[in-house]
Amino acid sequence: MAKPTIYQITAFPLRPGRVHEVGGPAAAAFAAVCIGQGKDAAASLWVREGWLPDMANPAALQSYFDVSTMVMAQTGGQIDTLAVAEEALRDGAVGHVIVELTAPLSLREGRRLQLAAQAGQSTGLCLIPEGMGSNAAETRWHCTQVPDPDSPPEDSTLQCWRITKNKSGTLGAWHVRWDQSARRLVVVSASGE
Amino acid sequence: MFDGINRRVVSLWFPRLASDRALRARPVAGPFALTLKENNANRIYCLNAAAEREGLHRGMSFSDARAFCIDLQSRPADPLGDARFLAALRRWATRYCPWVGYEGGDGLVMDITGSAHLQGGERGLLTDLRQHLGRAGLSVRIGLGDTRGAAWAFARHGEGVAAPGEGAEMLSEMPVAGLRLPPDHIEALQRLGLRTIGQLAASPRAPLARRFGPGLLMRLDQALGRQPEEISPEPDPPHYGVRMSLPEPIGLEADVMAGTGRLLDRLCAKLKDRGTGARTLCLTLRRVDGDSQHVELRLARPLRDAARILPLFERGIGDVDAGFGIDQMRLEAVQVEKLPDEQIGHSGAGGQGRLDDLITRIGTRIGLDNVVRYLPADSHIPERSFIVAPAAWSKPEGTWTVPRPRPLILFPPEPITATGAQPPQSFRWRRMRLTILRVSGPERIAPEWWFDDPNWRSGMRDYWRVETRQGRRLWLFYTPQNPGWFVQGEFA
Repeated sequence: MAKPTIYQITAFPLRPGRVHEVGGPAAAAFAAVCIGQGKDAAASLWVREGWLPDMANPAALQSYFDVSTMVMAQTGGQIDTLAVAEEALRDGAVGHVIVELTAPLSLREGRRLQLAAQAGQSTGLCLIPEGMGSNAAETRWHCTQVPDPDSPPEDSTLQCWRITKNKSGTLGAWHVRWDQSARRLVVVSASGE
Repeated sequence: MFDGINRRVVSLWFPRLASDRALRARPVAGPFALTLKENNANRIYCLNAAAEREGLHRGMSFSDARAFCIDLQSRPADPLGDARFLAALRRWATRYCPWVGYEGGDGLVMDITGSAHLQGGERGLLTDLRQHLGRAGLSVRIGLGDTRGAAWAFARHGEGVAAPGEGAEMLSEMPVAGLRLPPDHIEALQRLGLRTIGQLAASPRAPLARRFGPGLLMRLDQALGRQPEEISPEPDPPHYGVRMSLPEPIGLEADVMAGTGRLLDRLCAKLKDRGTGARTLCLTLRRVDGDSQHVELRLARPLRDAARILPLFERGIGDVDAGFGIDQMRLEAVQVEKLPDEQIGHSGAGGQGRLDDLITRIGTRIGLDNVVRYLPADSHIPERSFIVAPAAWSKPEGTWTVPRPRPLILFPPEPITATGAQPPQSFRWRRMRLTILRVSGPERIAPEWWFDDPNWRSGMRDYWRVETRQGRRLWLFYTPQNPGWFVQGEFA
């Protein structure tokens, strides 16, 4: 019997003490998986602008991690969002800080977030709109859903994760699936470039 | 030790406390009444002397009163405000003696034993009381006796002053209503022919006790001084404020922080003594030019740990304009909550404390109400299946039960053009053309009729999970009662 190939995603789990970026339609799922892969019982902070219509649904987040450990900050604008994110990253009381951005970061803002994350040794993850990446990011991911006709309809979570920037490693793309009952990420295959 | 023989008690009765208070604020000439809504009818709560002369009385329906007295003026009553006013009067009355307690909702009782000479004797004290209260616009009846019961009787039933030792004699002529008895007891005593306190005291005790219970004889004995009765002065509410005056003005941030640290140590010791923790702190910095600067700190959890609170002040103090210098500092715990001592544990407690401090710091920037957490709620309606609660005032609790898969992203419903009860083969959403790979559903969710939710006025919804060939997995719904298709969420 042939041993199944185990695929490894480079730069995942995300390097702590750095700020990463993720874009694309499945970015929220990527963020949820990141929190779920972190240490148990480590709290997380989700920073978003209060007016944004799209909001993460806690009933679905519950299948990724324990929602009771998550605190959400609703800010009035991007300046406040960045201030809150910097404060939380520097403090280190939360393991993951998810930041929903609406405008591109300048190099100074991106660098300040990196320094804060380095001081607090917590992981930052910015959810960015299409094409608004910052140069200071450690890694940048692009996540999309992939049609998945073979799996049962309730359980089709096939996604394509593509790493488009990596300061300390190679790039690549993988097809992954989230196992809801085991709360585990299954890497299906390494998709070719 | 004082044996109580020479005890002297003053009872004050404000027969028109509520209306006097209202008229103090805005005087009115002529009949005036305060009304309170009781059992769906406005009734007279309190009225002034002019209105009483017109034949009105308390408890009368207000419409009747207006029929009797055409030029009656009225305002709504404020019983809570009256209680606060009486508390202020009680505090004021401690200028005569330290022992001042409440007597019902409209009276005070003062134990002036040994303190009357400070006002020039009992006569001087009563004159002074009358003058002050009269000038304040309050009508008052004052009774002075050897016991609390006697003083009460003198205040309510014919004002009087009993010389030491003569209280029993004066009481014996008074009606039994002067004994603080329930109304049915007074009526029953009058039917028995016992009209005065003297008659009651002379009648045999055992049959009275059998008929009326021990309360009647207790009140009688208390009035006559055979049984002691204490006056409990109200304790002043604890004051959580500390202040510091500086010999030289300061302006450096580090100096202000050091001063705040010293104030915090004193305040936290006070909080610890009382088993409380501060929820909101206010630091007032008074500058040499007479201006004051305020720094408010709202905490995510009640705290009394100076070392933890002090760093949280950093941001607020950094924004203060010191001007030519600060020479007075005052720190007050504006809002205080119970904080019992807790066992220090090995696990978890430290992390929670750090998170609370972080919430506090974030809250100083974006407002403590904007730091929230999700709590589960018992509803099938997707947007009501969770509660967004401020993290500072809620605990993570409850269990999440998700019977059917729910989308990861929720947004307000966005209409798409489609017809029919089955999902369309292709549609446009957010300027994308999507074709369907497969669908699962429908899941019918009916609106909760006990809430009037404008978003659910279109009736029940059939939810479909739709997988598209382009990859996106969407949550569509169809409203059969008001045909139309909408997208409300997106799955992972």
